Amino acid sequence: MKQVIKLSVNGDPYTVAVDPCQTLNEVLREELNLTGVKLGCGSGDCGACTVHVDGRAVSSCLTLAVEMDGKEILTAEGLAPSGETLHPIQEAFIDKGAIQCGFCTCGMEMSALNLLQKNPSPTETEIREAISGNLCRCTGYTKIVEAISAAGEKMREGDR
Amino acid sequence: MMRLSHFDFLAPATIEEAVGLLQSKGADARLMAGGTDLLMKIKLGAIKPGFIISLKKIGGLDQISFDPTTGLTIGATALLADVADHPDILKHYPTVAQAARGTANVQVRNMGTVIGNLCNASPASDNAPTLLAMEAVLHIAGPEGKRKLPLDQFFKGPGMTALKPSEIVTAVGVPVLPPNAGTAYISLSARGKLDCTAVGAAVMVTMSGDVCKDIRLFVASCGPTPLRAVKAEEIIRGKQISDDLLAQAGSQASQESRPITDLRASGEYRTKMISVLTERVITEASKKARG
Ligand SMILES: Cc1cc2nc3c(=O)[nH]c(=O)nc-3n(C[C@H](O)[C@H](O)[C@H](O)COP(=O)(O)OP(=O)(O)OC[C@H]3O[C@@H](n4cnc5c(N)ncnc54)[C@H](O)[C@@H]3O)c2cc1C
Ligand code: FES
Ligand code: FES
Repeated sequence: MKQVIKLSVNGDPYTVAVDPCQTLNEVLREELNLTGVKLGCGSGDCGACTVHVDGRAVSSCLTLAVEMDGKEILTAEGLAPSGETLHPIQEAFIDKGAIQCGFCTCGMEMSALNLLQKNPSPTETEIREAISGNLCRCTGYTKIVEAISAAGEKMREGDR
Repeated sequence: MMRLSHFDFLAPATIEEAVGLLQSKGADARLMAGGTDLLMKIKLGAIKPGFIISLKKIGGLDQISFDPTTGLTIGATALLADVADHPDILKHYPTVAQAARGTANVQVRNMGTVIGNLCNASPASDNAPTLLAMEAVLHIAGPEGKRKLPLDQFFKGPGMTALKPSEIVTAVGVPVLPPNAGTAYISLSARGKLDCTAVGAAVMVTMSGDVCKDIRLFVASCGPTPLRAVKAEEIIRGKQISDDLLAQAGSQASQESRPITDLRASGEYRTKMISVLTERVITEASKKARG
């Protein structure tokens, strides 16, 4: 039987009827059309589906939607709500050439945000640890690490 | 791709209610904390429960508390990430925090729990070996009330525990460590920390100068459950720790374990590494014990 949940996604309130066996990933992608949230492995290994729930990065592919009643969800779409001004993390990913095919990018950015909110000036090792749950098959990670470091700097300056 | 099979979702507000639901739904129901193991098993078709009973709505179950006389208590829904970062755990039980931090990745640590890791009863569990070495005790609630069970009597085989039908682990308690105790945990896996442990060892030693008064040594991923290396302990207990003694204890620990060859490592590699890791954890723990 479907259950009705109320949740906030990128600041907007939603009321959705979900099947208990639907994942948060399925609801975000298929019901709310937030396709920046990717589905890679479906098993917690690749990080392409990473979103924030109440401020913490989780794998949406292993999260049940029914458990999201009353929660605040942030996806990569919510990083630049206006769609015009990009978030410093997004800017840094573009500036540093940290995006190739782009499949991992939204998940990487959400993991980067999870790190930078707690630790605004991380070391390279801390960055690499923070994205160890995110796979990228294109960039070789170096540019991503540089981008996250630069984003930290930008965010410290802008204090956002 | 990999959709979950259908189930009903129940989120009781109290332990009593959860036990009642387990009794009424029987084998068709499964408990869920973070779901990182459970949902994967459903996705892979290994199990097909009709009901999932979430522990998340039960008040107070996510508590982590420390008391200087009774020790540490970690509740059933306390997240791996919160255990890894908890100031009291970092201060008084740094190896417990280290093991939690060494489990999976950021996202999984923000969803999964230490107790879920124990109840999943994988021989490769990253949190079991240190808790076993520190004489952790499980707090269990069930149809007949509450009971406590030493963790070293909990594991019965891969995925099998001493829990009786309709019982729930509500918390794990770790006693205050003896004076001059030191602990260490080292695990190896193919992909750094991310992969499940291919071989690991955890120890608690209690020292009196250079002499090891007591020792509890466990090896992970080298048998159907985490194994206590009793004979290797005997080699060390009551003795002054030396390189020669460490080598003997290491090779004894390898002989005592029953590693298999699987995807994560060959049996031969595991056998070799148990002896290396045994030497390393005892050395590290005894150093820490002497401060
Ligand atoms: C990508 C990935 C990487 C991982 N890496 C590691 C790793 O490096 N090391 C490692 O050890 N594990 C690893 N795991 C396994 C898993 O994340 C951990 O075992 C986690 O701690 C399980 O906790 P949970 O709360 O998600 O458990 P759940 O999935 O909710 O539960 C696990 C099992 O325990 C039962 N259960 C849960 N709580 C209770 C309770 N209170 N009383 C009785 N039964 C209960 C459930 O019914 C289920 O059978 C990994 C998993 C993923 C997806
Ligand atoms: S799709 Fe969720 S971690 Fe890969
Ligand atoms: S840019 Fe292609 S997977 Fe990362």
